[in-house]
Amino acid sequence: MANFIRRLNEIPREELFASGHGLCAGCGIPPMVKIALKAVDGPKTVVNATGCLEVATTLYPNTAWRVPWVHNAFENAAATASGIEAALRALKRKRGWKDYKIIVFGGDGGTFDIGLQSLSGALERGHKFIYVCYDNEAYMNTGIQRSGATPIGAATTTSPAGRVIPGKPENKKNLLDIVLAHRVPYAATLNSAYPIDMWNKFAKASEYLDKGIGPIFFHYYSPCPVGWRMDSALSIEVARLAVQTRIWPLYEVEEGKIKINVMVRRPKPIEEYLKLQGRFRHLLKPENRHILEKIKEYVELNWNRLIRLSQLDSIY
Amino acid sequence: MVKWPNKWMELPIGGVINVPATSVDVKTGTWRSHRPVVNLDKCIKCLMCWVSCPDNSIIRLDDDYVDVDYYHCKGCGICANVCPTDAIDMVEEGGI
Repeated sequence: MANFIRRLNEIPREELFASGHGLCAGCGIPPMVKIALKAVDGPKTVVNATGCLEVATTLYPNTAWRVPWVHNAFENAAATASGIEAALRALKRKRGWKDYKIIVFGGDGGTFDIGLQSLSGALERGHKFIYVCYDNEAYMNTGIQRSGATPIGAATTTSPAGRVIPGKPENKKNLLDIVLAHRVPYAATLNSAYPIDMWNKFAKASEYLDKGIGPIFFHYYSPCPVGWRMDSALSIEVARLAVQTRIWPLYEVEEGKIKINVMVRRPKPIEEYLKLQGRFRHLLKPENRHILEKIKEYVELNWNRLIRLSQLDSIY
Repeated sequence: MVKWPNKWMELPIGGVINVPATSVDVKTGTWRSHRPVVNLDKCIKCLMCWVSCPDNSIIRLDDDYVDVDYYHCKGCGICANVCPTDAIDMVEEGGI
């Protein structure tokens, strides 16, 4: 029985992700991890790819986790999870082990770029786990280098905005579409400003795993005050603006049926979202107008495509 | 706080940490430049600050009102920003 909620006070009090970790003030990752560990019921184990979450929560000899946790390199988080799942299946058959759930956390560098091959392999083999990509739109842990997830126009240390280029010239990769090409049973986007929606998606994922259906993929929008050069207090506000400007559509795909969870009928102007972040500040200058127009066009195109796809019975 | 072993041979094999959540002893409150102060008269128990806090520093009391754990609070100001009734103020450290 899935534990769906309607109000925040239905979330249990005990935390499985402890305080005292070394993530920056205002980091967008812990709100998701806290909800993920609570909403996925029963015993669980966490696989963590290298990234901010991994290095900052396990500063030896301390750990912030109250669940079994395994670390692996950037490129093989999904492969490690596949191995755990296959071993568990064998041990259940041979020694009568009890079932537990596997949650993978990987950053956007470890999912979009480096770990894409192992993720694709694991999705294709149909291992039963939940993969959460926390997307802070650059390699924040190593010093804000551009990644496949960096949106167009964003300034990073390897795509600095100046006279030569106005930030990253290329568009962001659409990871969820790559995942959907594997015909996964359940995939969704998450946002920290919508915790109830996030909880219910994790609860639904947990229900799928109980029925022995997998893999499940989540794409989480994780604001990064340091890398996005903004005030740490704004991280939830920026996440909410990303949804309300249609930059980050919140939707879920269940057996190929797309459902838009937050229907944005009157989007806010994209400038409102851009002006809060230092990485986009140069786009508001008159000489960079063409990039701003390009972003608007891309967001519009993406949203209209999503609306059209949501009218289909199944995209598979 | 986990005690560092005197010799490397005393470390667990593989460097595993076999005690959960030992980081709660780490005082991250020293990072803070502004401290959140809750005004319970304005609090409507929406718990938005509690779910949004990255450091579990908002303590949810039995009656769903909130309090702040200053030992771990890094002073990011998210709680004050998400509060719909402005019940949380960020006060400069040393100012009180």
